[in-house]
Amino acid sequence: MTYTLAAVLGVAGAAALDLAVMRTRLLTRKVFWVAYAIVLLFQLVVNGILTGRDIVRYDPAVIVGLRVVFAPAEDLMFGFAMVLLTLSIWVWLGRKGVQP
Amino acid sequence: MRLTYLLVLLGCLLGTLPLEVVLGVRVYRRWCRLVLTLLPVLVVFAAWDIAAIAAGHWSFDGSQMTGVVLPGELPLEELLFFLVVPTCAILCFEAVRRVRRWPAGDE
Repeated sequence: MTYTLAAVLGVAGAAALDLAVMRTRLLTRKVFWVAYAIVLLFQLVVNGILTGRDIVRYDPAVIVGLRVVFAPAEDLMFGFAMVLLTLSIWVWLGRKGVQP
Repeated sequence: MRLTYLLVLLGCLLGTLPLEVVLGVRVYRRWCRLVLTLLPVLVVFAAWDIAAIAAGHWSFDGSQMTGVVLPGELPLEELLFFLVVPTCAILCFEAVRRVRRWPAGDE
């Protein structure tokens, strides 16, 4: 499996959990998209340092090759999946009454 | 420098700290909910990382990292990344909610 395919599956999995399994439906909420836009800005900085300084190196054979501030576009999807999964679980727990 | 990656993560934590301390989003103070959120995220993404490292999707420059490597060839910094970045995301999310008063579904 390429990183590209893994990243697409990661986003699809996180979206399915948000919309269908936990039903937190953050993808339909303004608060999620505005928070994600801010996180994305900082992700580009952090990812840019990590990849621009070659702290993390990628096998060119497993990525499409499109890069955003040094980082492969797949990293943006990896980050999106991680942020969406995190916030879905956080909200789901709050809904369940865990330290609301 | 061996601490480069670690310092980047420290910068993320320090940069978002005012959201907790000044804005009062109460994310660290809800540590139980925070831990319960971070654990599954850590398991899923550390597993992805370990599989990707094994498959050769990416590799690391040891000269810019502490050199502490966990089982599965997972560098310590990567494990910390999966704790630090989600924490920052929650802080940001709660800050946006606090400032704009938009519902998030758990009110």
